[in-house]
Amino acid sequence: MFLDELLQAFFNFVHPALRRIRPKPPNGRPPRAAKGVRSLEWKRKDLLGLEGLSAEEIHLILDTAESCKQIYEREIKKFPTLRGRTVVNLFYEPSTRTRTSFELAGKWMGADVINVSSSTSSVAKGESLRDTARTLEALGADVVVIRHSAAGAAHQLASEVRAAVINAGDGAHEHPTQGLLDLYTIRERKGRFAGLRVTIVGDILHSRVARSNIWGLRTLGAEVTVVGPPTLVPREITQLGVRATHDLEEALAGADVVNILRIQLERQKKGLFPSLREYARLYGITAEKLESAGEDVLIMHPGPANLGVEVSEEVARDPRSAISGQVQNGVAVRMALLYLLTGGRAQDAVLG
Amino acid sequence: MRYLVKGGLVVDPALGPEGRRDILIEDGKVAAVGEDLAATGEARGSRKASHDGHSGGDDLKVIDATGKVVVPGLIDMHVHLREPGREDEETIHSGTRAAARGGFTGVVAMANTSPVADNGAVVDFVREKARREGLVNVYPVGAVTKGQKGEELAEIGELAGAGAIALSDDGHPIANAGLMRRALEYAGPFNLPVIVHAEDKDLAGDGVMHEGFVSLKLGLKGIPAATEEVMIARDLLLAEMTGGRLHIAHVSTAGAVELIRQAKRRGVRVTAEATPHHFTLTDEAVFGYNTNARVSPPLRAAEDVAAVRAGLADGTIDVIATDHAPHTREEKAVEFDLAPPGMVGLETAVALVLTELVARGVLSLREAVAKLTANPAKILGLAAGTLQVGVLADLTILDLEREWVVDTRAFVSRSRNSPFEGRRLRGMPVLTMVGGKVVARDGRIVADGEEKMAEDGSAAGRGVVAGWAANG
Amino acid sequence: METGKLREKIQIMDAEAMRRALTRIAHEIIERNKGVEKVCLVGIRTRGVPLANRLAERIREIEGTSLPVGSLDITLYRDDLTTIAHQPVVHKTEVGFSVTGARIVLVDDVIFTGRTTRAALDALIDLGRPQTIQLAVLIDRGHRELPIRPDYVGKNVPTSQREVVSVRLGETDGVDEVILNELL
Repeated sequence: MFLDELLQAFFNFVHPALRRIRPKPPNGRPPRAAKGVRSLEWKRKDLLGLEGLSAEEIHLILDTAESCKQIYEREIKKFPTLRGRTVVNLFYEPSTRTRTSFELAGKWMGADVINVSSSTSSVAKGESLRDTARTLEALGADVVVIRHSAAGAAHQLASEVRAAVINAGDGAHEHPTQGLLDLYTIRERKGRFAGLRVTIVGDILHSRVARSNIWGLRTLGAEVTVVGPPTLVPREITQLGVRATHDLEEALAGADVVNILRIQLERQKKGLFPSLREYARLYGITAEKLESAGEDVLIMHPGPANLGVEVSEEVARDPRSAISGQVQNGVAVRMALLYLLTGGRAQDAVLG
Repeated sequence: MRYLVKGGLVVDPALGPEGRRDILIEDGKVAAVGEDLAATGEARGSRKASHDGHSGGDDLKVIDATGKVVVPGLIDMHVHLREPGREDEETIHSGTRAAARGGFTGVVAMANTSPVADNGAVVDFVREKARREGLVNVYPVGAVTKGQKGEELAEIGELAGAGAIALSDDGHPIANAGLMRRALEYAGPFNLPVIVHAEDKDLAGDGVMHEGFVSLKLGLKGIPAATEEVMIARDLLLAEMTGGRLHIAHVSTAGAVELIRQAKRRGVRVTAEATPHHFTLTDEAVFGYNTNARVSPPLRAAEDVAAVRAGLADGTIDVIATDHAPHTREEKAVEFDLAPPGMVGLETAVALVLTELVARGVLSLREAVAKLTANPAKILGLAAGTLQVGVLADLTILDLEREWVVDTRAFVSRSRNSPFEGRRLRGMPVLTMVGGKVVARDGRIVADGEEKMAEDGSAAGRGVVAGWAANG
Repeated sequence: METGKLREKIQIMDAEAMRRALTRIAHEIIERNKGVEKVCLVGIRTRGVPLANRLAERIREIEGTSLPVGSLDITLYRDDLTTIAHQPVVHKTEVGFSVTGARIVLVDDVIFTGRTTRAALDALIDLGRPQTIQLAVLIDRGHRELPIRPDYVGKNVPTSQREVVSVRLGETDGVDEVILNELL
């Protein structure tokens, strides 16, 4: 009985008059809320980034994801939660993992999922984001998941539509769902964030994954080090409360978690580093270089990895690597977000 | 038509110390400046003098400027009127009305039109169109290179002959230092300044905003301050070498201000301008991906804004100009990366100067007025920017006390791309007169038939006029 | 619940009455199922879970058999998620046995409209194909909106729509009692 739970919470915590007339329980402890009755609720319309999310909000998402992840233990992978709801995956950039995990999350929650990608939509015909937003609104989308090469595209869309908007990566700005799944994996493997030493390796400058990770990890109390060549580590990054270095050995020493970013070949063409070979030599993660890290170091990569470049095949297959497990966590985190973002906003509770 | 502007505080650096003076305007020219000028030699003047807009019986009209500031007509030496080519963004008709409403009696029209003003025909077109439809003086700029492509010099002699008052490839910096050298040399005999938009395109890359902490947070590609500074350093050296006249547009960085300061000390023939947005806003205006805050050069860091103000204060920066760059709502309602840079400025500039510089003590009123009148006039060789007897009566009256909130819906420009929407400002132009004719009053355009109606009905000048969204 | 205050009207059940009711239900479960073979208890979160544990304990005392107990979170099966103002937190479902072929007794603290039970039935059936599903509740307060009837009832309490039944359990609330409250 949810109503009763809520009332109980109200009873126990909210109403001081009632608290006064109620006798203290025999064991002398103050009455506490039933397990799981949280004072925190999800209040945001959209998820545009991890910047500004509180630790409580992040943990609410991760807790919900943990419950959603149970779906993997079930034969029937379907909840009726979002029956009759429409989730639109609006992808202006190619993506396999993120798009399919949102699609699965939506379908397993019972929603109708529509995929709109740049090759099949009028995006290619020069239809503006604003026009597209209007179309989605008219179609009755409840959630729009957007991936776009321009930073801020998700913000722009969110201001144009009533639907909940989930940023699935906007330019070099943020990729909050990837950040959350990384946090989920870290919490699952390490059980804590406070004081945890996390090293992020690679193209920090262009990485939305790095930014989302940094915001989330800093909020949760982890110590973050970023490492890469000076051309890929912006000087201002330390203003986000992280340590920056160009020395991989130093950055790996004592690390509890190493998050390896994908290196894009096009950066080499823009003169940001001389060659993949040199990048691999200086910043590629190999078993040998990992020796200075903590013994139970957790190795992560948002994927897809360029094996032999930013990470060696051996490291990718290392049992300490969470690279494949991250995918399941990705679906769970996205289910949690779909649930939280489609939640009720009506004024009156329905008695159940 | 004769006018007597009575009782205002006249601020004109060319007229000596400011003081309460009356200005008599006859035949479109300043006929007399003095204390307590009578309306005419006859007695009726004293009877009528205090009533704004009432005729004294002949064709004399008295404009009561008591409590206001009377300055020479303001000149904006950096405006994109967009005509010919992008009449959806702005036209000579609409842009000169925006200027009049903003207190400007003259605008310098940049050459990056379509077609480019790289030949006499386009310059002629602009001048002719301005003569027929324009509400304020339009001074056309000619391109430095053909098509502003930075490859071959435009026919500068022809441009000068057609009436171009300066040369600029604004928006398309000349990458080739050899060509820039030739331009500075060749323009010499025509006595035309070369106005440069200093930007090293390679260094700017595909940047869309100032490179710094804000760009890092927003994930937007950055344009480092050095993008502007390396180009200014080069052009200063070339100006020094050639003796050419260099004017640096929209200075935005601390390093740029310092380079110009040093060059001036060495005696380089350089002048410089700053825009209201660069002395008012920092890159934080981009937060929320506000495309109206996308501009070139980009809004910079707080230190840069402070340095631009210091440069204005110590005279390193000679001129305040708007870089009025209209873009339609549709062009700006896109992803930040795709939005064209530029913002409108004509209808907010004067208030920003008064609010941000004069009221804060960065510039005295007299210095601020010089940067909007005498200084640009001198750089461009214009017989304007002063109220000395005999000049064409271009004049602006300012109310320093009036507070208002920027409402872009009230703009008469065709475009609304201002980052100042909703900003509270203090001070505004209340009357603009061009060649002895009132063209704007209290935020309203007074032209053609409207002028008669406004003056007869005495509607103008009374209380709050719709459109300015005046406060207090 | 954003609505305001509650006034405590009356205590419907104290710890002793609750103990007796659960003991009776335990006997009824054994009788109805002719023993406890294949019987599994599934508590509906939150307060159905400790009640299911208590019933299992009573049955162990009577029959000497420990029944498997699971807990069911029905949040994702609710039909009112879009309309309620506050969104419930999703918890884990922990059913550590196969429900297929089992005789499941669903346990909840209060039955009211029947919608929670409806959601629980869906959730349970998604886990497998039980032989039977029975429903045990501590309080039946009436006002059913669905054709659902509990098999075992601790106490029938006629209520008005303005009233709210609060079950408090030692495990979750530090005290065993059932209170009838009135919405003010």
